[in-house]
Amino acid sequence: MKTDVLIIGGGVIGASVAHQLARYNLDIILVEKASDVCMGTSKANSAMIHSGFNIDGGTLKGQLVLAANKVIKQLCQDLKVDLVKPLGSITVGFEETDLEKMKKTMENGIKNGIQGMKLLNQTELHEMEPHLNPDAKYGLFEPETGIINPFEYTVALAENAVINGAKVLLDTEVLDIIIENKTVTGVKTNKGDIAAKIIINAAGLYADKIAAMVEDIDFEIKPRKGQYFLYDKKWRDILTYTIYSALTKVSKGMIVVPTIDGNILAGSNAEAVEDKTDLRTTAQSLDQIYTSTISNLFPELPRMGDVITTFTGLRASSTNEDFIIESAKTVKGFINAAGIQSPGLTSAPAIAAMIEGLVRAENMDLDFSPKANYEKGRQAPVLLSDLSYEERTALIEENPDYGEIICRCESISKGEIMDAIHRPIPATNMDAIKRRVRAGMGRCQGGFCGPKVLGILSKELGISPLEVTQKGNASFVLTSKNKELSLEEGDRNYEKIRV
Amino acid sequence: MKKLEYDLVIIGGGPAGLAAALEAKRDGVSKILICERAPYLGGILNQCIHNGFGLQYFKEELTGPEYASRFIEELENSDIDVKLGTMVMEIMADKKVIAVNREDGMFQIDTKALILAMGCRERTRGAITIPGSRPAGIMTAGTAQSYVNLEGYLPGKEVVILGSGDIGLIMARRLTLEGVNVKGVIELMPYSTGLIRNKVQCLDDFGIPLLLSHSITEVHGNERLEGVTIAEVDKSFKPIEGTEHYVSCDTLLLSVGLIPENELSNNLGCEMDKVTRGPVVNEKRITNIPWVFACGNVLHVHDLVDNVTQEAEIAGKAAAAFINNKTNEEEKDVIITHDKNIGYVVPQHIDALNNQEQTIKFFLRVRNPDEDVRLIVKDNFNKTLLNLKKTIVEPGTMVTFNLPREFVTKDTSSIDISISKEQAQ
Repeated sequence: MKTDVLIIGGGVIGASVAHQLARYNLDIILVEKASDVCMGTSKANSAMIHSGFNIDGGTLKGQLVLAANKVIKQLCQDLKVDLVKPLGSITVGFEETDLEKMKKTMENGIKNGIQGMKLLNQTELHEMEPHLNPDAKYGLFEPETGIINPFEYTVALAENAVINGAKVLLDTEVLDIIIENKTVTGVKTNKGDIAAKIIINAAGLYADKIAAMVEDIDFEIKPRKGQYFLYDKKWRDILTYTIYSALTKVSKGMIVVPTIDGNILAGSNAEAVEDKTDLRTTAQSLDQIYTSTISNLFPELPRMGDVITTFTGLRASSTNEDFIIESAKTVKGFINAAGIQSPGLTSAPAIAAMIEGLVRAENMDLDFSPKANYEKGRQAPVLLSDLSYEERTALIEENPDYGEIICRCESISKGEIMDAIHRPIPATNMDAIKRRVRAGMGRCQGGFCGPKVLGILSKELGISPLEVTQKGNASFVLTSKNKELSLEEGDRNYEKIRV
Repeated sequence: MKKLEYDLVIIGGGPAGLAAALEAKRDGVSKILICERAPYLGGILNQCIHNGFGLQYFKEELTGPEYASRFIEELENSDIDVKLGTMVMEIMADKKVIAVNREDGMFQIDTKALILAMGCRERTRGAITIPGSRPAGIMTAGTAQSYVNLEGYLPGKEVVILGSGDIGLIMARRLTLEGVNVKGVIELMPYSTGLIRNKVQCLDDFGIPLLLSHSITEVHGNERLEGVTIAEVDKSFKPIEGTEHYVSCDTLLLSVGLIPENELSNNLGCEMDKVTRGPVVNEKRITNIPWVFACGNVLHVHDLVDNVTQEAEIAGKAAAAFINNKTNEEEKDVIITHDKNIGYVVPQHIDALNNQEQTIKFFLRVRNPDEDVRLIVKDNFNKTLLNLKKTIVEPGTMVTFNLPREFVTKDTSSIDISISKEQAQ
């Protein structure tokens, strides 16, 4: 297999680069080691579109987040991705020192060109967010922050690239990079070699590992773990804006924000960890996040009960603390997009545009003429909840699967699930379905619809129910048929718990 | 959009919806429709293939599907309409129900009265925020029951069960019979939260340990579950340091509580009881909305289906009286209060002027297990109406009693129920 451009990593950055370059007459292959796109940092974050008011405009990430803010609305419109922007944010403070920090943040925001920011006194603050802790004294309002569904965003970018001829190879892991005469010529993967003129490293948490296959590097990706609470939709009305707690050194502050789908997301702390697979939540951190931030900002939000789930995201932060977007220093044809932590989700389109510049600068004899039948959008999936009752009836008449509700909590039909399985980037496991159409993402967390979704996947993919996974690889949901275990020969271990 | 007209719409075709429909039919309601989201009637009874159902109601021991079939057969011989595979999307304040299915698309049903019988769902891992990784192999006991009993597949080979709720106990036995090693049941409380008979028949008889006052403090494994860390908890349910213990397993089943499914009722504006998480009702199972009734697990979680049936018949009868204009013109509200040893009482209030039945049936749950207690019912004049001995009370077993209607007079304004230790003579 050979291609002009090979992108390593199917997160929002890899997908954005594929989308950016797919408009030209270039062959593009994106490889992703997981069973779906959007499986790393891109899927577990605060899902916010940062305006850049609280980011240093002098850094690369500052420049890119500001640039991306100018184009993301049009991009989401083209790709039919739900984006709520502007929504606005309020940074909330309790102490005089918080007020001082807010004044500095406001200056920074003005310097970054954000208009309409305003310091709020206690009365104004509580008028805007009546459920806030009454002890909250200071507020900084900023009008531009937005929210997005990061799965939909990443999937849409990748789908658009596929529609325009790019190939997305899932379950494909890069094992090594082939270099000849100080120029990259391709990659070795678990599925075979792929020859490529340009290789783009968008491997997220593993970007250092990939970059080190090419040359000595002066950075490392040090995962920074953040834990989150996701609340039941019945709490949606507890706030209007995205809420930041006062700033900390290591993050832009803890957040309590609405999601596109109407849940409340709250978190996250920042813990440096060594293990890039450490997606554990811990009682200690959850308690601390709840006590210091969630209940401190919104005392009505419970510690348990209406919590849909808690989860961990690993930010792919580099030891340089800024984005590293540059060509390899000693080898031709290799470009890094590394250290993409927050605000990477927002900056993605600007990062992709910057990478296009770097690809052109490599002068690898590529055809940058525009593709003749370029599609700048994609056909959005049918979403029944967006349709009127009459429109739904018409659709059900055409395809009765849209009238069969599989996920009762989120009212998702069989038709929508079937669509997700057969989209340009197919959903082939339980979590992939959940990320595409929310089946299993509601309050019963797939308790009722799980067996039904598993059955549909098994049938549509032509595999046994025993081969259906939760999230790819060996994450099988079921282990054997009834009676198989009792018919097994040999001694089995029936040891019980002893304490 | 298609429009239908009925006298009575029942949401849910499980044991509650079935019994309510049949009772309303017996009491002369002519046009009844059951909307059931599954492709079959009987609800969760279909996956409850164990026996123990019907001991009270039929005075014989049936399996879940057998219990359901008694009602389904009767229903098939009636002119009650059923729409299967039909999900109710919305109930509107002007007595309209919006539903969807494959055949009719979205459609509207105009009705005179409505019975909520949607049942309940299981509490999830997220709701109790068990820390750790998020591998495959963690599911609620009911989901596992559905895989095993309806689909014919096993969720794992080495199972730990968190929570001693009835479904967890039933699944401990069911999986053991399939050759699965059920390594133990972990219960946060110092007592089993399921029925005593289930603990005896499903754990003790199979040598499966029940670890009381224990919890899971961490889940291990990235792709498929590899193990859990368990620990003993103190009186405030905090893990005691030093008691942690790693248990390898590929499956964790959760049986940590059931929650009435009241999203439709909430959106309609039904007043809710914070403890039961179901609507507030009077003894006729009327919610605060006069044409809306509720029964079964959507009202409060029952441990015996026999009680669900009885409660559904009350709701069905009351809905029939409402539709046929046979209700008393005037009402006098009597508030039911209870002491702190009781978690909740259903109904939450009664109508003193309702003279439909001779007795009023009360359902309650105690907060903590106890022995040799007295259940005392007093009215607002401090007159003792009932004084009953209860040898054993425990949160996992619902306490029921009947209050003769004649004890409630037009002057009664409140009734208080208390449970206290029997005084030594």
